[in-house]
Amino acid sequence: MTPRVRAWLAVAAVVAVGLVLSFALTERYHHRILTLVFLWAAMGLAWNIIGGYAGQISFGHQAFFGIGAYVTVLLAAKLKLTPWIGMVGGAGVAVLAAVLIGTPTFRLAGIYFGLATLAYPLIFRIVMDYLGYQEVSIPMVRDQPALFMQFAEPRTFDLLALGILAATLVLSRVIESSRLGYSLRAIKENEQAAEAMGVDSFRCKMVAYMLSAAPAAIVGAVYAHAILFVVTPDAVFGVLVIAQTLTVCFVGGVGTLWGPIIGAAIMIPVSEILDTTIGDRLPGIQGVVYGAALVAVMLFAPEGLYWRVRNSVLGRRRDGSGSIRPILAIPAAPVAARAAPTDSATALMDVRGVSKAFLGLQALSDVRFDVREGEILGIIGPNGAGKTTLFNVLNGFLLPDRGDVRWLGAPITGLGPHVVCRRGIGRTFQVMRVFPHLSVLENVMVGAFAHGAAPARARASARAALEQVGLADRADVMPTGLTTLELRMMELARCLATSPRLVLLDEPLAGLSADGVELMSAMIRRAPAAGITVVIIEHTIQALIKLADRLVVLDQGRRLAEGLPGDVTRNPAVIEAYLGKRWLARQASSQTGRPC
Amino acid sequence: MAGELAQYVVTGLLVGGVYALMSIGLAVIFGVMRVVNFAQGDFMMLGMYLTYFYAVGLGIDPLLGALVTLPPFFLLGLLVHRVFLARVTGGGDPNREMDAQLILTLGLSLIITNATTMILSPTPRGIRTTYATQAFAAGPLLLNQARTYAFLMALLLAAAMYVFLTRTDLGKALRAAADDPEAASYQAINVRAMHGAAFGVGIALVAAAGGLLATYYPIEPNVAVNFIVLMFVAVVLGGLGSIPGAFVGGIVIGLVQSLTLLVLPLQLQNVGVFVAFLVVLYVRPQGLFGRRARTV
Repeated sequence: MTPRVRAWLAVAAVVAVGLVLSFALTERYHHRILTLVFLWAAMGLAWNIIGGYAGQISFGHQAFFGIGAYVTVLLAAKLKLTPWIGMVGGAGVAVLAAVLIGTPTFRLAGIYFGLATLAYPLIFRIVMDYLGYQEVSIPMVRDQPALFMQFAEPRTFDLLALGILAATLVLSRVIESSRLGYSLRAIKENEQAAEAMGVDSFRCKMVAYMLSAAPAAIVGAVYAHAILFVVTPDAVFGVLVIAQTLTVCFVGGVGTLWGPIIGAAIMIPVSEILDTTIGDRLPGIQGVVYGAALVAVMLFAPEGLYWRVRNSVLGRRRDGSGSIRPILAIPAAPVAARAAPTDSATALMDVRGVSKAFLGLQALSDVRFDVREGEILGIIGPNGAGKTTLFNVLNGFLLPDRGDVRWLGAPITGLGPHVVCRRGIGRTFQVMRVFPHLSVLENVMVGAFAHGAAPARARASARAALEQVGLADRADVMPTGLTTLELRMMELARCLATSPRLVLLDEPLAGLSADGVELMSAMIRRAPAAGITVVIIEHTIQALIKLADRLVVLDQGRRLAEGLPGDVTRNPAVIEAYLGKRWLARQASSQTGRPC
Repeated sequence: MAGELAQYVVTGLLVGGVYALMSIGLAVIFGVMRVVNFAQGDFMMLGMYLTYFYAVGLGIDPLLGALVTLPPFFLLGLLVHRVFLARVTGGGDPNREMDAQLILTLGLSLIITNATTMILSPTPRGIRTTYATQAFAAGPLLLNQARTYAFLMALLLAAAMYVFLTRTDLGKALRAAADDPEAASYQAINVRAMHGAAFGVGIALVAAAGGLLATYYPIEPNVAVNFIVLMFVAVVLGGLGSIPGAFVGGIVIGLVQSLTLLVLPLQLQNVGVFVAFLVVLYVRPQGLFGRRARTV
């Protein structure tokens, strides 16, 4: 049974259990609890799309819940519009609100995003009060109860809520297994690396936010009809709404569609039963229960119950890092004898007078050189020479203060890193940026998605890329179990999976053993034959002289020299600034054949 | 019109002083621990209640009572840090850690608000003082006496905090731990203990600010929600973690809140503050004075 079939069967199983429960229960009160479990599970799943998969913790998601409730009920009260249509309208307004909120708010990273989302429901709450909607009752329509979502039979609400839960589950499952899902998880793990692999992070987050707002609004609308009957700002925009949502998600586990269901199945009955038994004497018991659950889960199982159980069941089976493996075997490929590109070769990339300063520190000043098709260009320079800053300008992370970068004749400065990647410029990082909670194969798939949305094809080309670097047998392990060489190879495979014409390799030899350097160098040497041009940063010049066709030397942000390795290393300015007199002595001694 | 404007400015300044004090508390905690404490408003609320009980039970004037909240809340802060926050701090992915701390303090906030409702009932209370309803007249301007006293006390406490941070060894160690925890630990500074101290100091300051607020503001369990957002705004405005920034941010929030009344009705007073919050976040996420805490 494939994982895909298993996942759909599990979704069907949840719905089947829900149906059985709904038909087995007889008491009105039990139906109410069941309805609430379904609704909060659906609300949790909605939040999980943006908060779990994309890792953008939203503290203001009740804004959409409240919009759904208010729009639906106001349309029914003022225009006699049936809530079945009204809630679709509510979802539409919520999606619109998500765009309006998301457009500025997604510019903020991490904690600032969470803080900003706090403000929105508070604003809505105050405005609703001000507009005189402190209490909006659902109009009673006795002759057409079904049309106005007013069911005498409590089971009907169960089934309605279950239907919404099922729809949200299907939506979540589709997202999980799509390109969007992989992109969101990559953004959560490392947004910059995701961007460099061609993920349009702003767009992905926005789509996730919209997809998350719509079900939240629908849940809000149904909650108003099944539970509230009278909509108040506090009941739909209040703290308890987001508290319940977050509790359901974090107790069950975020980033998986099972988490909110587990969380709701445990937390909602507990808090409801406490509320009805001692809630009269102790108002606020629900808040205490949710608060205590959040505190307890953060202290004892911060990943949530689903992941805790799953890791303890699968953990030992997956972890093969203890075993000793032979060093990577890279499949042999014919190393075609090639002539180093000459001056007449076409310039792929043209770096024209790039300057960049940080708070007065001139990291790059007027750097210019070109990259020719089919060459391996080495960029050397001491620490702090501006090498990584240069790469960050080339791949679009940084905007230069002056100058521009041309790619195939057209300027690419100012395009986002994901656009640069999709145009055919891949990169790796000096400090490796892996997606730690994605398997090796999934890491590489994120790169493969740069040119097409079909997961099956991305999986196939990711496997091919892993095959190329000799990591095929490690495809299904988590990156935490890999050696430095394997991680560097994985980053390389991820970069190759974006089918680049040019790769920017930021110190790919750093931290490797002598054998590792050999293997990596062999991999890099093979690139031009495959139609890939290479720009490589190193500060160990020895390795680079053997590898590069040409060298560019940077020192204190300036281009010190450019040319063939032999010429550059004899350049007095380079020797002065970088290589040192001892290099000269050693070179001389090695040429005269004396040992040094 | 000019007189009206001046009156709004003065009123804004007076409430801003108390906001400044509570925001400093939040900023100390964020500056040293990198923790955004959601429960800060709840500790403020507890400070209001303690001051109330000092006044009702022991007859201590709330202006003095606010000061006497400092020691117990410092100890409470140490305890809360030891029992809860220390366990989710240190080691691991900083982003996830920050999320865990946020969720943890959100949980604490829910517990404190709702437990207080359960134990002390949701009914608002107030402390009766002679100065709450009196005003000083300065030319055409009226200065509510309670707010004026609270403002002066807040300035005094903020100044004391400044001296503590810049002149005492513990204060310097706190700032070192905030600047660079790793380097501080090489200088034999116990960073974990500094986190505890920072949390204690932060909680104590916000509790004292609550005590001062209680001289003119109704005391109820749900008061935290509104003020925590005001504090966030002030702290973000000043640059997350910058203590002088938080002070200025608090004053600015008082002014914005007060001046909003010139253009918006009273009910929408806080909308002006939230809009200011959002504008600042978009324009300068690093705040007006702060350095960039986390790059985009």
